[in-house]
Amino acid sequence: MGRIYLDNNATTPVRPEVAEALARMLKGCYGNPATLYCIGQEAHVELEHARDVMAKILGCNREEIIFTSGGTESDNIAVLGVARANRKKGNHIITTKIEHHAILNPCKALEKEGWQVTYLPVDEYGMVNPEDVERSITSGTVLISIMHANNEVGTIQPIAEIGRIAKAHKITFHTDAVQSFGKLSVNVDELGVDLLSASSHKIYGPKGVGLLYVRKGTKILPIMFGGHQERSLRPGTENVPGIVGFGKAAELMAAEGPAEEARLLKLRERLWEGIKANVPHVKLNGHPTMRLAGTLNVIFEYVEGESIILSLDEHGICAASGSACTSDSLEPSHVLAAMGVPPEKSHGALRMSFGRENTEEDVDKVLEALPKVVEKLRSFSPIYKDFLKQQTA
Amino acid sequence: MAYSEKVMDHFRNPRNVGEMKDADGVGKVGNPVCGDIMELYIKVKDETIVDAKFQTLGCGAAIATSSMVTEMVKGQKLEDALKISNSMVAEALGGLPSQKMHCSVLAEEALQSAISDYRKKKGE
Repeated sequence: MGRIYLDNNATTPVRPEVAEALARMLKGCYGNPATLYCIGQEAHVELEHARDVMAKILGCNREEIIFTSGGTESDNIAVLGVARANRKKGNHIITTKIEHHAILNPCKALEKEGWQVTYLPVDEYGMVNPEDVERSITSGTVLISIMHANNEVGTIQPIAEIGRIAKAHKITFHTDAVQSFGKLSVNVDELGVDLLSASSHKIYGPKGVGLLYVRKGTKILPIMFGGHQERSLRPGTENVPGIVGFGKAAELMAAEGPAEEARLLKLRERLWEGIKANVPHVKLNGHPTMRLAGTLNVIFEYVEGESIILSLDEHGICAASGSACTSDSLEPSHVLAAMGVPPEKSHGALRMSFGRENTEEDVDKVLEALPKVVEKLRSFSPIYKDFLKQQTA
Repeated sequence: MAYSEKVMDHFRNPRNVGEMKDADGVGKVGNPVCGDIMELYIKVKDETIVDAKFQTLGCGAAIATSSMVTEMVKGQKLEDALKISNSMVAEALGGLPSQKMHCSVLAEEALQSAISDYRKKKGE
């Protein structure tokens, strides 16, 4: 049975060209890029080539890119590093209720150290209102951190507008672009951001690699201490093979440009139209238009998300209920809660996220399996039975 | 987190599923806010559970524990059925992931509630 992988927001399969680049590095380029002899310099050249690729995509200088171990580390350096560097200036951070836990949890850790954090609300589509950002600014605000695109529902935030506000108030502005990097335009000047996090494994690169863009002049301290690598902001010998793989993955995404996004959008809409036509009592989560092309988050009322996932797996279909990082948790999605979805409904959420390996045929196979799965689960759902009784009464 | 093969079997092919219109006792536990609701129906003859059915909204573990508990109680004297604990249900399923143990608690509570419903109806 061929697998249909519809969880590309959780992680993506490494593409062949990237696997080749990784293998080439692992087999033949083991030097430490900080050393002066030839094999060290070979590694250095490879590392700096990857940095150049990223600088071009972000529209920044190569010195402004710090390679990290992934999105979580990038987010932690951004939040904790900017906060600690600005402690004398203030103790207030503005973020949102729908951030990834890699932002929310460092913010919570800072609250225990006496920091004030404003968690901005979102509207029913998961969108932050830039006016709320401006209203929340105090004389002690040192950082605004707002994600570019949400991992669960895909809603794209008005980052450029918020960037103008941050700039006018001279406040450092970070965006978590883990879900958008390689998919949407992430030119740092157009977005008006001082810091930006990205991750390799969301764009068909290897796991364990990410980057943090840090605008020149941004006050930031390291959170880990060691050697001089990555401007001392991320000490430790660089994961050269991983970074080269990340560079290759980003290069390929940039070359494909918007054509692939348009293809994913068509697949997503085909699936959503099919679901609406074949399954009653469904609701779309996320913004109707300002949304990542590959993300479809749907509530199936009267059933529970995990039971849909397990059933779809029987059909060779991989999907998610919330974000992969919270799938062990029993709490309903904090993103859907912020959007005003009551817990009894958000338990029925299913996230299907498309990637480059998906085809129209995949969508049609999902549309064959999904209505049957939901129907079966509803057939022994006590709340569906109660609903039907109410209908006939 | 991973489910045992037994949990998956009971999830895939739940036993004794459906509503029992002429049930002698019904136990309803859980709530939609938590994402788990279990309804357990029992048919009783001479203090013995002669049939059991369930309807459940919930995760894989919730459905599997419901299915398992109905299997375990059939043919049991009421006094013996009351001794069935959540850990016995979980054990019969080859174990549950720790964060899913509450589902087995739900199954135990549904059973207790169905039996007390039966006794209440009987006027005991």
